[in-house]
Amino acid sequence: MSQVKRRANVKMVPLQSDAIVPERDIDKAPVLEARHLGIEFGGLKAVDDFNLTIGRTEIAGLIGPNGAGKTTVFNLITKVYEPTMGAVLINGHDTKGLSIVQASKLGIARTFQNIRLFDQMTVEENVRIGLHNQIKYDMATGILRLPRYWKQEKRQHEKALELLHIFDMEKLADETAGSLPYGVQRRLEIVRALATNPSLLLLDEPAAGMNPHETEELMENIAKIRDQFQIAILLIEHDMSLVMGVCEGICVLNFGKVIAKGTADEIQANPVVIEAYLGKKKEAQA
Amino acid sequence: MIFLDNLINGLSLGSIYAIIALGYTMVYGIAKMLNFAHGDVIMIGAYIAFCGLQYWGLPPVIAILAAMAVCTLLGVTIEGLAYRPLRQATSLAVLITAIGMSYLLQNIALMIWGANPKSFPRTFINGASIRIGQLSISSATIWTILANIVIMVALTLFTAKTKMGKAMRCVSEDRGAAELMGINVNRTISMTFAIGSALAAIAGVLLCSSYPILQPTTGSMPGIKAFTAAVFGGIGSIPGAMIGGVLLGVIEIFGKAYISTELGDAIVFAVLIVVLLVKPTGLLGKPVREKV
Amino acid sequence: MTKAKRNRLIYNIVTFALVIGAFLLLQSMIANKSITRSLKGQLVPICCWVVMAVSLNLVIGISGELSLGHAGFMSVGAYTGAVISGWLLNAHGVDNTTLRLVLAIVAGGMAAGVMGALIGIPVLRLRGDYLAIVTLAFGEIIRNLVNVLYVGVADGRLTFSFLNKSMPEGVTMLVDGAKGAVKIKPISTFTAGFVLILITLIVVLNLVNSRAGRAIKATRDNRIAAESMGVPVTKYKMMAFVTAAALAGMAGALYGLNSSTVVPTQFTFNQSINVLVFVVLGGLGNVLGSVISATLLTVLPEMLRAFSDYRMLVYAVVLILVMIFTNNPLIRSVLSSAVAPIKRALRGKKQGGETA
Repeated sequence: MSQVKRRANVKMVPLQSDAIVPERDIDKAPVLEARHLGIEFGGLKAVDDFNLTIGRTEIAGLIGPNGAGKTTVFNLITKVYEPTMGAVLINGHDTKGLSIVQASKLGIARTFQNIRLFDQMTVEENVRIGLHNQIKYDMATGILRLPRYWKQEKRQHEKALELLHIFDMEKLADETAGSLPYGVQRRLEIVRALATNPSLLLLDEPAAGMNPHETEELMENIAKIRDQFQIAILLIEHDMSLVMGVCEGICVLNFGKVIAKGTADEIQANPVVIEAYLGKKKEAQA
Repeated sequence: MIFLDNLINGLSLGSIYAIIALGYTMVYGIAKMLNFAHGDVIMIGAYIAFCGLQYWGLPPVIAILAAMAVCTLLGVTIEGLAYRPLRQATSLAVLITAIGMSYLLQNIALMIWGANPKSFPRTFINGASIRIGQLSISSATIWTILANIVIMVALTLFTAKTKMGKAMRCVSEDRGAAELMGINVNRTISMTFAIGSALAAIAGVLLCSSYPILQPTTGSMPGIKAFTAAVFGGIGSIPGAMIGGVLLGVIEIFGKAYISTELGDAIVFAVLIVVLLVKPTGLLGKPVREKV
Repeated sequence: MTKAKRNRLIYNIVTFALVIGAFLLLQSMIANKSITRSLKGQLVPICCWVVMAVSLNLVIGISGELSLGHAGFMSVGAYTGAVISGWLLNAHGVDNTTLRLVLAIVAGGMAAGVMGALIGIPVLRLRGDYLAIVTLAFGEIIRNLVNVLYVGVADGRLTFSFLNKSMPEGVTMLVDGAKGAVKIKPISTFTAGFVLILITLIVVLNLVNSRAGRAIKATRDNRIAAESMGVPVTKYKMMAFVTAAALAGMAGALYGLNSSTVVPTQFTFNQSINVLVFVVLGGLGNVLGSVISATLLTVLPEMLRAFSDYRMLVYAVVLILVMIFTNNPLIRSVLSSAVAPIKRALRGKKQGGETA
């Protein structure tokens, strides 16, 4: 817990005009840069002039009321949608015209708001899909069971168990993913995403449906993952205790536009954010 | 002259496709499923009309109404027994069920009426031809095109003006939201099947008036082609079904006349494939975005 | 060894043991002449339908796409096999029937595989119902095309003609339009069929338990998630589709070379549905199930006259009932609660045995 707090108090330093990243990441190229990003759905601007820079090892939060366009931002970053305006740079590469698969290969991995596991496959197989581009062999090798097949299968198996260990899920390796409880499914999604060896992990409401105890555990795990893998994490979350506790930089979205950016303290003191969140903040304090 | 003849034949065949395509397009738009058995409902409708005319000595209009009544009942029954239990299932499961239903209807027809083709009796629909100069237009053609126009106008008014029509449009847009608004989704889907199946009966009679050979497989090929027409026009769109149906009929007749008789079906299916590749939403369809 | 791995191994061993056991049993029955004439005539077709069912299961059960044109690939294989065999015999005097059969089957598989790739490129961009209807359309187009195909052989050269019946003098017709592939010398053997089944099982079962196979299953379970994990969805759908098409082509070649003629009407949409019934009844994704159901449903109509008469009616009802029973949440929960005590009893027994 103490570690999380220390991270949260990291001083933010301006990188570009309005970009802020933690001080320790300032000399390194950012993982993600979104520049004037926007998309229209039939005339409606779901996201408009969205700018965000995420440092190498930053944990950032994307918050905002329902329908603010948070998941749409994720879909733009992961190339589910092609933006109609602006650009997304991943590790310095422009992602214009890339497919979802190509974006993944550039080092982006995500979880989904409405869990999308491979329901009929086992937990281990789910993680192995994450390893698809990490530990490879071709179709013929698999069918003919050449020596390379056995070697790579063993590596996949070991790596999968190693990753499952993050959440102490090795014992569940043979369970069918679709039959797991909700909270475990959420954790499996994170493990699967980590298996792709990303440099930026996008978590879409990771604490949804979790009780306060589980949420706290998740919070610690998010910080642990960042420290262990040295990656950046961007998360969408409605649970303010989690966001304020773990995120170093927070970006607030409302009606598709960024209304505030800064550290947890800055956001909490920002009158515009308070206005957008009025009801919720009072409840939280009550 | 041959060109005009072909064009009129194409319009006539296309009008039949259009009426069948309406059944597909409405069901697809509202229940989000491909009712593979729709073509076979046409066949059942044609058999009922055939029995009415041939065996029971009913006047043609009554025979057609009887066919419509039986098909309506059949459509609603199929929906309730086979498709309703699968409302939450994958489209793969629903489609396999629909294929099973198609085969069931064909085999029931085979048991009742046998495999031998029946010759559909002549009615007022295939009366005297009309001659305009050298051009001769059969009475069946005129009735078919007329029926197509009337049905299209009636359906458009129905979906635009009536309460049930509006409910159908709601369910097709968002089933969950419609349910929350107090619309009885199951009843709305039943109603859609009822209308589609009644139209299928009319299509069956028209089809057999123009092509008077009736057997248990009569409905399957026109059924598949009409689905092609529905996709062509844009699935879910009523004017789309009309345009798609008519265009497909014309393409088929011209393809047979100018390219090859044997390749007529292949040409129609090639059209389907090209349309799906170039414009998967069809001529008048709206793009659908998958929610992530 | 993990539990999942052990179960998989047992499943594979049972599958192969069953197939090899059945083959040895039937061979011994042939040797001591205790086999009925009708069953003996069914042996090669059974092998063909088993291969068809297992390969279609790869597309439907494992890749999750409904293909309704599988018979089309079979016909491509059957025609290619007949032409290659006829050409080898007439033009090159290859008398060795085994060599001819093997080459014909390989050629049939390759031709169908190429056709599968050509069709797959446009088809696999589509989804769900559209994909199903387009595979159906392609199946019908293939049937339409072979209906107007004429192939003859003279002086060691193959002559192809399309739509046009006229052939030069002295040509031996191999494919004669609507009459189909004619004057085939039947060379298929039960052993060849058995080997083909083994190859099919090795390909499909090994594929499923490999990196590529998992990618195929992932695209079935959740397309967007698979893409987000960096799995190129279309490539793997294509892999399953082309593999299945090639296997169907090989089955087709074996099937075609089992009789003296092959006609286009043998490979209609109805035939695709027959294979679909094998797959659905055997269980989507269940390879062993496909083997068993294809065998039983090919033998039964021959043995039971009554079943033969109502075959299609029964198939239709089977399709509907299996789908409703396996997909309706209510019925499924009732079924599983009925089965649960039995399962528990069995498991309890087994665990008791292990600890003892």
